[in-house]
Amino acid sequence: MDFDLMITSFPKLLGATVVTLKLLSASLFFGLFLGLFFAILRLNKNIFINKFAYSYSYIFRGTPLLVQIFIIYFGLGQIEYLRTTFLWVILKEPYWCAIIAFTLNTGAYTSEILRSAFQTIKPGIIEAGKSLGISNKIIFYKIQIPIAIRQSLPAYGNEIILMMKGTSLASTVTLMDLTGVAKYIISTTFKPIEVFIVAGGIYLFMTFIIHNVIKYLEKKYSFQQ
Amino acid sequence: MELLAFGKTGWGDELFYATLMTVAVSITAMLVGFFFALIFTPLKLSKYKTLNLVGNFYTTVIRGVPELLVIYLFFFGGSGAIMYVASIFGYYEYIEINAFITGSMAIGIISGAYSTEVFRGAIQSIDKGQFEAAKVLGINKFGQFYKIILPQMLRLAIPNLSNVWQITLKDTSLISVTGLVEIMRQSYIAAGSTRDPLFFYSFAAVLYLLLTYVSMKLINKLELKYSRGY
Repeated sequence: MDFDLMITSFPKLLGATVVTLKLLSASLFFGLFLGLFFAILRLNKNIFINKFAYSYSYIFRGTPLLVQIFIIYFGLGQIEYLRTTFLWVILKEPYWCAIIAFTLNTGAYTSEILRSAFQTIKPGIIEAGKSLGISNKIIFYKIQIPIAIRQSLPAYGNEIILMMKGTSLASTVTLMDLTGVAKYIISTTFKPIEVFIVAGGIYLFMTFIIHNVIKYLEKKYSFQQ
Repeated sequence: MELLAFGKTGWGDELFYATLMTVAVSITAMLVGFFFALIFTPLKLSKYKTLNLVGNFYTTVIRGVPELLVIYLFFFGGSGAIMYVASIFGYYEYIEINAFITGSMAIGIISGAYSTEVFRGAIQSIDKGQFEAAKVLGINKFGQFYKIILPQMLRLAIPNLSNVWQITLKDTSLISVTGLVEIMRQSYIAAGSTRDPLFFYSFAAVLYLLLTYVSMKLINKLELKYSRGY
């Protein structure tokens, strides 16, 4: 065991954790909206809209995240037309490509989580709202969404942890996130175990925090208080 | 389309073999995972706190750390560890481990952590009476497990194991960083030499979709078989 290496690499890895957290928070933020949007489309009665939303989630859940990042980072740059539009400013940056890929990926999983949460809401609750003369819009925003959020919290907590692990793939498109820096230190020092312990420890610490925050929220939003 | 031709002119046959490689790695990793689950599930269900701790340590660490980091650990640390063990036995030459073995071990350990959780959940949801009835009938421990607990457990575990299979299948794409020529690596090579990454990565996505689709169909059949009578 090389404890000196562990101590010297800790600040470097901690600095890289900031990149990981930025990627994670940006993709979760955009992914939540995307997920909500597609969950609403899934509940639509129109078969085309429904199928469209279903195929989105099927494709992004059925293929590895690595493929998705590579298509966006390496693939989209190939289209000549895209290079002339303003989109190219975003797509030439690996940072934004990673965020786009993560957003689309987590959006697909989130849409499934939210859809099943919406579907488990008892029709009686909505009917009760209607019979009280509350408009459809307010029923949706004030009744359905809060209940769906509470229903989906445990599954969404898992999704956050999966996404946090997913951000490690950003290192494959030259981003120096926690895994990227860990790989760099391993390949220059050839001490994989020491670096793994430190980097893995940081990841586990983040998992621990997320897990407990979700647990707290679950308690806060549960019926039995 | 000529890019996908078989033979020397296209990448069809290479991608076909790469797909087989992905399937082979996934199955090996899944089996390695079952092996780990076989060790760690009893530990997690054990009466002894220390054994519980060991089981929980395994599943928590592996499920909390990115797959890529585990793969790097095996990729950079694998041959070092083997050489260290070999040096105890007096062998000091350089040993290189095959990328297939490194990859399926790394993915196997990851999938094992998920399988352990699935098996633990399935065993815990079997009615206690089943264990007691088996004991009362004087069936030995071996028979209890293989003839009574296992068939019931499989029925409960298959839907969740199919999730584990999907995760494992998708995780194998990460082994491409170690140089094993599976779908992702082959697409990377093809994209590099034809300068057509969009086509090849999209085709890789289609191959993965195909694999997940076919395996879902097969697993559904298996599920029907094991839930006969329910």
